[in-house]
Amino acid sequence: MSHAGPTPFVRRLAVVLALPVALVATWWFASAGSQSFYFPPLQTILQTFLKLWFSPQAVEKVAPSLARFSIGYLAAALLGIAIGVPVGASRNLRNVLEPVLEFLRAIPPPVLVPMLILFTGVGDEMKTLVIVFGCIWPVLLNTVAGVRALDDVLAEVVRSYRIGAFARWWHFVLPGASPQIFAGLRQSLSIGIILMVVSEMFAASNGIGFALVQYQRTFAIPEMWAGIILLGVIGIVLSLIFRAIEARILGWYYGLRRSQRAN
Amino acid sequence: MPAEAAKKTAKLSARTQAWLQGLAGLAGFALVLEIVPRVGLVSPLYLPPFSAIVAALFEETTSAMFWAALGATMRAWAIGFVISVVAGVVIGIVIGSSPMLRTLTRSTIEFLRPIPSVALIPLAVLLFGSQIQSTLILVVYASFWQVLIQVLYGVQDVDPVARETARSYGLGPWAQIRYVTWPTTLPYLMTGVRLAAAVSLILAVTSEVVIGSQGLGKEISDTQSGGAVAIMYAYVIVTGIIGVILNLAARALERRVLAWHPSIRLDTVEAGG
Amino acid sequence: MDRAITPMLEVRRLHKVYEDASRTVEAIRDISFSVGQGEMVCIVGPSGAGKTTLLKCIAGLLAPSSGGVILEGQPVAGPPPAMAVVFQEYGRSLFPWMTVRDNVALPLKQKKMTAARREELVRNALAAVDLAGVNGAYPWQLSGGMQQRVAIARAVAYEPHVLLMDEPFAAVDAQTRADLEDLIRVLWHRLRVTVLFVTHDIDESVYLGQRVLVMSHAPAVVMEDVAIDLPDDRTQLETRSMARFGELRKHIYSKIQLAKQGWRPPSE
Repeated sequence: MSHAGPTPFVRRLAVVLALPVALVATWWFASAGSQSFYFPPLQTILQTFLKLWFSPQAVEKVAPSLARFSIGYLAAALLGIAIGVPVGASRNLRNVLEPVLEFLRAIPPPVLVPMLILFTGVGDEMKTLVIVFGCIWPVLLNTVAGVRALDDVLAEVVRSYRIGAFARWWHFVLPGASPQIFAGLRQSLSIGIILMVVSEMFAASNGIGFALVQYQRTFAIPEMWAGIILLGVIGIVLSLIFRAIEARILGWYYGLRRSQRAN
Repeated sequence: MPAEAAKKTAKLSARTQAWLQGLAGLAGFALVLEIVPRVGLVSPLYLPPFSAIVAALFEETTSAMFWAALGATMRAWAIGFVISVVAGVVIGIVIGSSPMLRTLTRSTIEFLRPIPSVALIPLAVLLFGSQIQSTLILVVYASFWQVLIQVLYGVQDVDPVARETARSYGLGPWAQIRYVTWPTTLPYLMTGVRLAAAVSLILAVTSEVVIGSQGLGKEISDTQSGGAVAIMYAYVIVTGIIGVILNLAARALERRVLAWHPSIRLDTVEAGG
Repeated sequence: MDRAITPMLEVRRLHKVYEDASRTVEAIRDISFSVGQGEMVCIVGPSGAGKTTLLKCIAGLLAPSSGGVILEGQPVAGPPPAMAVVFQEYGRSLFPWMTVRDNVALPLKQKKMTAARREELVRNALAAVDLAGVNGAYPWQLSGGMQQRVAIARAVAYEPHVLLMDEPFAAVDAQTRADLEDLIRVLWHRLRVTVLFVTHDIDESVYLGQRVLVMSHAPAVVMEDVAIDLPDDRTQLETRSMARFGELRKHIYSKIQLAKQGWRPPSE
């Protein structure tokens, strides 16, 4: 027996799209005949967006930013985990280092940009290093917390079955700490994006941030809006990629929490 | 006698030991910062010795400019933070209490949330230049989501049985919020407040560094380009100290508020760290 | 059952003291006993008696303050490969990020064997505990009793000579406990493994064991080594309603009451 009316899938799609479509439509029509300098019609913005970011030069503008971001973020993630695991496992190391690390983490990351310019000038190294130095702290500290909170019954199981060093690390420590580690990686993701943009706005010769500043300074307003939208899209895409990876790796964790909550 | 001495140090509680070890770590860090530039591992032009930085810091605290910058940063932080929290709580409770609103807004929230606040910098500059409004745009846009997401988690976590009971006793919507929704949401809100406090500081300083609004970030940027390196580091340390104080204050507030509550909240992982 | 000349497991004058910043606790004063090959021995005692401490010393997870444990003629200095432990907290002793099959297989990866042999052991172990169908499930998808069966399967697959069980059924409901007790008896018969079973449940210790070691309060010593002369073929219904069962139970119960009052056997 089929219901009259739209299928469940169509209904779900409608609900998901209803508000966004309404907002975009409002923007479109409210700005349609706009003479305002700072708020051009949405149509113009979208046309500029297509012209700007779907051209070959677009890759030149965007690729360096994303490359620096990816390298910096991955390096920060690996270093954060690599340092965090031994620190988390040793109570003494933790006690000694935690205040210092918490202080370094509390320094607002954008401050690192002028600092690093002193050391490495305004080139690619600065922009990549600043992302590393900004993103490493949440990963590191969350790894420490995750390793510290490993279940001690499980630790005894590992010992009683004489599970070797590598297997212990790979099958117990890393998976056990992974929920906390991913929380840290999520925070680092936003910090990394901020630093990517800030480092390019502050001092750069290429990249999205640099392009945005140029558009704003030369009052190329539709291009500026197109750049803002692009940054938004990049943020959204990176977030989606992150969530997809997280869902793959932490699938067991969601199931575990669900079953705990049910009881 | 060594045995007695060993017993004496063993008598120190684990907590005191941890404190002392932490202090040792900080002292060691300062020592490294002192020695590395003096020995020449890093040029003292880029990294002055720790003592020079501390001296610069003390001297800055005597200047009115320092306090003006500090005040400007804290002012921008405070206004943006409060706006974010209030807006987040109100909108969060309104949306969270209505299943229809929740489903309708979910996609929009998931869409707007990952947009980096820094994307708005050029727009803010055009509209407000380096006035405080630019900073507020950035701060509020970033921090609001932190609070909203947590409040939504909290409202969703309300025990349906409790809600039904309240309704069967004839409690109106306002009373329901007060006695059922609010206590459940409070732990999540505390997490949101802690995250928002940190994010607000980050964006406030970002605005100062990039846009040049008045504040600590601007001082850091100016001193760097002007070559007053020790003073620059002094300001960096100040921002770090503020960050630490905000974090400690948020955690203390969290503990005090949650002392009244059973642990009904999920651990920090699910709540966003 | 044949008893070998050298005991499988020997505990010699075990003594364990815990020391921290504020106080010193003598958990175990002096415990000595031996277990022959293939025996099923239960250890029973009041709560806080140090039963878990004793088990952990035997398992090599905890170093005694003095005295020692000998397994098959070798002193135990750390967890020996011929021993497997089943813990009380089944929920926390299984890796939640691994399936049942991977959980059971993990300890085997440390032992040199082909993948085929390993899979065979895993399959047989899971079948032995009546869990043949849940290979791909995650532990948190299973009930408490099933999770403990997985832990038992993991221990069985490891092919240990001695199986140590630390109050494994304390946290499951009564019906599940009865099923699991019978499962242990069946496994013990089939695998001919030596079992050391710690429990606070007197009935369980009498039902399961060939011998019951009654422990005193901390600082613990063995109050008595009770021989359980019930028939080898035991069922929940029949065995527990036997007169002899009641006598043994009463005997052990009274010894435990003495222990709670602080009575201790005269020292040697």
